[in-house]
Amino acid sequence: MSDVIEYTKKKLPANWNKTGIVLFALGLILVILSFMTDVSRSSFNAVVFLTFLTSIGLGSLFWIATEYLSGAVWSTPFRRVAEFLASLLIILPLAALPSYFNLHDVFHWTHLEVVKGDAYLSAKQPYLNVPFFTIRTIAFFLIWIIFYFYITRNSLKQDTTKDQNLTKKNLRWSAIFIPIFALTITFFSIDWLMSLEPHWFSTIFGVYYFAGTALASMAAITYLVVKLNEKGYFVEGLVSDHYYSFGALLFGFLNFWAYIAFSQFLLIWYANLPEETLWFLQKWEGNWLYFSILLIIIHFVVPYFALLSQPAKMDPKRLKFMSLWILFAHYFDLYWISMPTYSEFAFMPGWIELGFIILTIGVIILVFNWKANKENLVPIGDPKLKRGIKFRL
Amino acid sequence: MSEKILYSYTALFDTPNQIIKAAKKVKEEGYTKYDVNTPYPIHGMDAAMELKPSLLPYVALVVGLTAAISMIIFLWWQNTIDYPLNIGGKPFFALPAYIPVTFEVTVLSASIATVVAMLFFVFKFPNNVHPLHDTDYMKRVSVDKYGISIQAEDPLFEAEKVKSLFNSLGASSITPIYYSDELVNFKPKILEPKFISFLIILFIVVSGATYITLNKLLFLPPYSWMMVQDKVIAQKTSDFFGGGSGMLTPVKGTVARGFLPYKFDKKPELAAKELVNPLMPVKKNIELGKTKFNIYCSPCHGYHAEGKSRLRGQFPIPPSLHSDKVRNWSDGRIYHVITEGQNVMPSYAHQLSRQERWAIVLYIRALQRSLNAKESDLQ
Ligand code: HEC
Repeated sequence: MSDVIEYTKKKLPANWNKTGIVLFALGLILVILSFMTDVSRSSFNAVVFLTFLTSIGLGSLFWIATEYLSGAVWSTPFRRVAEFLASLLIILPLAALPSYFNLHDVFHWTHLEVVKGDAYLSAKQPYLNVPFFTIRTIAFFLIWIIFYFYITRNSLKQDTTKDQNLTKKNLRWSAIFIPIFALTITFFSIDWLMSLEPHWFSTIFGVYYFAGTALASMAAITYLVVKLNEKGYFVEGLVSDHYYSFGALLFGFLNFWAYIAFSQFLLIWYANLPEETLWFLQKWEGNWLYFSILLIIIHFVVPYFALLSQPAKMDPKRLKFMSLWILFAHYFDLYWISMPTYSEFAFMPGWIELGFIILTIGVIILVFNWKANKENLVPIGDPKLKRGIKFRL
Repeated sequence: MSEKILYSYTALFDTPNQIIKAAKKVKEEGYTKYDVNTPYPIHGMDAAMELKPSLLPYVALVVGLTAAISMIIFLWWQNTIDYPLNIGGKPFFALPAYIPVTFEVTVLSASIATVVAMLFFVFKFPNNVHPLHDTDYMKRVSVDKYGISIQAEDPLFEAEKVKSLFNSLGASSITPIYYSDELVNFKPKILEPKFISFLIILFIVVSGATYITLNKLLFLPPYSWMMVQDKVIAQKTSDFFGGGSGMLTPVKGTVARGFLPYKFDKKPELAAKELVNPLMPVKKNIELGKTKFNIYCSPCHGYHAEGKSRLRGQFPIPPSLHSDKVRNWSDGRIYHVITEGQNVMPSYAHQLSRQERWAIVLYIRALQRSLNAKESDLQ
């Protein structure tokens, strides 16, 4: 075993860039067209688009911080994948614009004349008003970008300096980040998702969004790692112990999401208070009933059984497929949260939805590609790298 | 002591790499009855020995699924057939409420089944003696050596060949292990009468203790002290007042709260003279009166007290309350009609509290005023 890690930087396959550009352009055209045909529906889709990108970007940063805090070594060789995905945070302000310019279409509480005649909404007005909402959103983005910037900069510096102190510094940044992350993601989800139904409230909602976020970002990381590993982008490649770690985390967070989703439902169902049940009743009417049942199947039952056995968690093909599946499930979840506010009864997704999905994929590929071609795909200066490559359970 | 039988040849190695190599080699040579003993789990050993994956996960899966399904069926039977109870207006078969219980039972049964299966099928409980126990070999591999043992039972076993194989692999010490027939018995003991009677006694003791604890012990002191409380217990003698009775009969003339008797029974004139409306004609009171009037009076008297009955002739149509007669009545007189009724009109004393009755009077006054507005009202 040599002590030096041989690593030569390789560019990502050229067709990644091409696919990214084509999807991005196609998605953009469809999204512009959809804004021209139906502003309200598109704005709701834009909320899903924004919250999904936040999930992937912010979730990746969460996993990076978790690695530093827990001293995990198995994920060190692949941490760059998470770092590149976390750079989605930089474009969040842009991604927020389409829905921000149409707040009036999306958020009921922006209609001041309605708020005035509504005891609930006027009581919430000190929090739910456009200026404060704007300030909060900007503050969240700023805080996340600052943490992203410092943590990844330290990690990149290590490639050349091999300075172990940088790991310690990042440990400190991560320790500060985690509690701030908990608060910001909670309020972000309250602002952008829960307040779509401003009369409704659920104290577990932040955790619910976090569960989806952690799961979806881990799925994105897993997919890219397995895919890149097939083409030999990581020094010695993955062994079953690495695969198992990815599979176990996906499986664990699938259960966590189901646990939280069910807890939220169970308490509301039991107490049966009209101001709480409205959110679920709305999702139990018209076509939304089928969406709700599908959500349980797509987001829990199928992936649960697909990843239940130990060999399944170590099978790269299964992991790749289930990662994509879970990413779709998370998009579906966000869609299910937001869209019933737009259309209460009969509703079928159409080309507008497709456009936003294509744009989302395009954006993720382009941002990842841009970063991956600029930086090293393996953190060659990280003191934990060798142990990570040789990781055995 | 009976004669000693050869169980196996064992070899000790110094490094994990050596033991992995040894295990691979032994497997390649075609031995099937051999085992590896190491102080800690060594990664890659399963692959080197080409062990099949354990069957325990399937035990967990099957028992878990069975428990989940039986639990749902049990809850369904309990709540819809055996003892249907209306709980908070929920349907009798309330699936969300069953999920936490079902989940707990599933996890509990699956884990207990796994442990029991492991004990009985993998560890061969209650057999608890093994030829390797208490040997020097076992002592070394529990500390810092890595050992392998090939059993004499193996069809390929030949002492000399095994020894030279171990030597060629670089073993640091090679020893044969013997056992005596008396001490070590390979026959499963699970069906032995002794073991079965032990299980039965264990069962009786555990369930008996549980029964006694829950049904008898908890009703002995000091637990029973919880039931000693200073309160009246229905149908039990009490020495608090003397005479054994827990309560005293009320003093003559005692009136229950909120149930003051009506003094003007059958005396409308007196009521008209002496009763005074205690409520102020403010918005709150008039609104209360309006609500109650619309509920209790409007079916016969009409929404505006004009006598427009909605009962389609099922009941005599009452006179308008806008008549000069009623307008000139005092508040107390109207109150009296509500309280006692008048001819066919029944009493409303049971449906309406005093305050509500007076509020209705206020509302009737407001209605009357609306048809006979004064000059000053219009300004
Ligand atoms: C079941 C129908 C019915 C309801 C309900 C009813 N009334 Fe009457 N009410 C009558 C009838 C019939 C008379 C006429 C009785 C009679 O023949 O003297 C009457 C008479 C009266 C009179 C006397 C009118 C008069 O000119 O002698 C008053 C005052 C009155 N009701 C008030 C009320 C008020 C206040 C309520 C609500 C608490 C009420 N009533 C509810 C049927 C009803």
